[in-house]
Amino acid sequence: MCTTFHRTGQALPALRDVSFSVSQGEVLGLVGESGSGKSVTLRSIIGLARRYGNVTGQVRWQGRDLVGMPDRALRQIQGREIAMIFQEPMTSLNPLLTVGLQLEETLHAHTDLSKVARRDRAIEMLNLVGIPSAKQRLKDYPHQFSGGMRQRVMIAIALAATPKLLLADEPTTALDVTIQAQILDLILQLAQDMDMGVVLVTHDLGVVAQTCDNVAVMYAGRIVEQGPVRGVLKHPRHPYTVGLMRSVPENLPPRTSLYSVPGVPPSLDALPRGCAFAPRCAACVASCEQDRPPLSLITEGRQVACFNPVTNEQGNAA
Amino acid sequence: MSDAIFTPTQPTFMQRALRKPGFVAGLLIIGFSIMLAVFPGVFAPYDPNAIDYLALRQPPSWAHPFGTDLLGRDSLSRVIWAYQVNMQMAVFGTVFALVTGVIIGALVGYYRGIADLIFGRIVDAVITFPFLVLVIAVVAVLGPGLVNMYIAISVVYWVYYARLMRGEVIAQMGNDYAAAGIVMGYSDRRIIFRHLLPNAITPVIVYWMTDMALVILLGSSLGYLGLGAQPPQSEWGVLIAEGRNFISTAWWLSLMPGIAIVVTGLGFSLLGDGLADLLRPRG
Repeated sequence: MCTTFHRTGQALPALRDVSFSVSQGEVLGLVGESGSGKSVTLRSIIGLARRYGNVTGQVRWQGRDLVGMPDRALRQIQGREIAMIFQEPMTSLNPLLTVGLQLEETLHAHTDLSKVARRDRAIEMLNLVGIPSAKQRLKDYPHQFSGGMRQRVMIAIALAATPKLLLADEPTTALDVTIQAQILDLILQLAQDMDMGVVLVTHDLGVVAQTCDNVAVMYAGRIVEQGPVRGVLKHPRHPYTVGLMRSVPENLPPRTSLYSVPGVPPSLDALPRGCAFAPRCAACVASCEQDRPPLSLITEGRQVACFNPVTNEQGNAA
Repeated sequence: MSDAIFTPTQPTFMQRALRKPGFVAGLLIIGFSIMLAVFPGVFAPYDPNAIDYLALRQPPSWAHPFGTDLLGRDSLSRVIWAYQVNMQMAVFGTVFALVTGVIIGALVGYYRGIADLIFGRIVDAVITFPFLVLVIAVVAVLGPGLVNMYIAISVVYWVYYARLMRGEVIAQMGNDYAAAGIVMGYSDRRIIFRHLLPNAITPVIVYWMTDMALVILLGSSLGYLGLGAQPPQSEWGVLIAEGRNFISTAWWLSLMPGIAIVVTGLGFSLLGDGLADLLRPRG
């Protein structure tokens, strides 16, 4: 899948050759710096990106290709089979409608339930996501909820039509730490109960370690490494993954300066010819600046795009 | 879990409205204006068309607070009866433009693309043209009279509403709830009219209030020029035009309807300002 945005005649390749798969009940983590293309990936999958940009390639969903699908057909899948939740619970709900009406909106679009049945289902969903006195709260407006509660409402809306895949765009970033864990647990619990696949976008490797089955690391619009969480986090092979891991403060004595990957990601309109990470990479070899390393299978289930991958020993050291 | 949920009590819309003197004043003026427009017979002391040759061009007195005109008709009664025409202008001169403008603006703002480009050119064409000249041109083609004036104003004016609405809808599209509506598979119609439009319409409503004042002024101007309401119909512009030749001897003929225009315009402006304050989204 590739997504290109155009700005004043200039093509900005936001995503290039991104490819991954999620199966039922699987939780895939998508990590990377800001601007690495995580959110655009989700928006390309669900058909939001094509409103603003050019999405090419394929998004296979149960044997059908979503990229070329007409809007009308896509709408039958959006919300019903694939749902999405957003980062910012403050703006992802319509401020002028009660949460009850917004919940019913999903049911109205995707089910034949009667008005009464829709209301019952809305109450059921609010109970499911752990909102107390659900029946009374249906009549409340979004501003009467706290951030965490609002995100729960958002989850209830997204899951009301029992989708098979949930795209979660940094669902906990805007929440405070204690609430984050609750919301993640809720998502995972519901995913398990409903046998639903989840693509979880985050820049928090701690979250990935706790929640995901597989992880894909993105850099400058490409996947640079992917594989099972345990393997990738324990033995990162791509120098960028190693850098990301090192930037997570962990068991550091007080007053140690924090590690950060040196340099900044390249701008999308000036991507280097070779590996996009080469200018920031300590393990850069001559060929890195000439050619782009393809994403290749190195061991079972592990793919890395690097000419000079980190060996296990080095990975452990980092 | 008990039902003890903390919901902050906020002052209701009415409570907040009554704390704003400007808004209250605007509401009173416009409320009274509507009363005058709906029941002119109740408030007018005389028949506006009753001719009294014994009281020609009388200055204001207790019997005739606004004086009398060239035919001895009571000016106060004529100004009051004119409310009917001028308030009607405020409504019919704006409402068609409002409705079409809001719908077209919302659609263009949502779909963008080629329709938006065409719309942009229409806006350019209309706003570069002096509004009054444009309306006079349309009235000149259709012929004078109130209905033609409404048509002329609506044909031009929807563009202003649409432009405002388009901008607001585009701004609202930047909020995740719009994207959420799309990815949840809601129909375009529902997203536009149920989610975007109510969130985007506030500035349009405020603009509408000001616009009603402007349309009254425009209608009076056309009436003054003989292109709007036709004599002997009471209309402020027509009344001012009737007094034009006697401005030095019978000043009340033109001044009183002029004051009516100013007061009504002020009322709409205060109302619009107050609404802008009240409808502004809070925390």
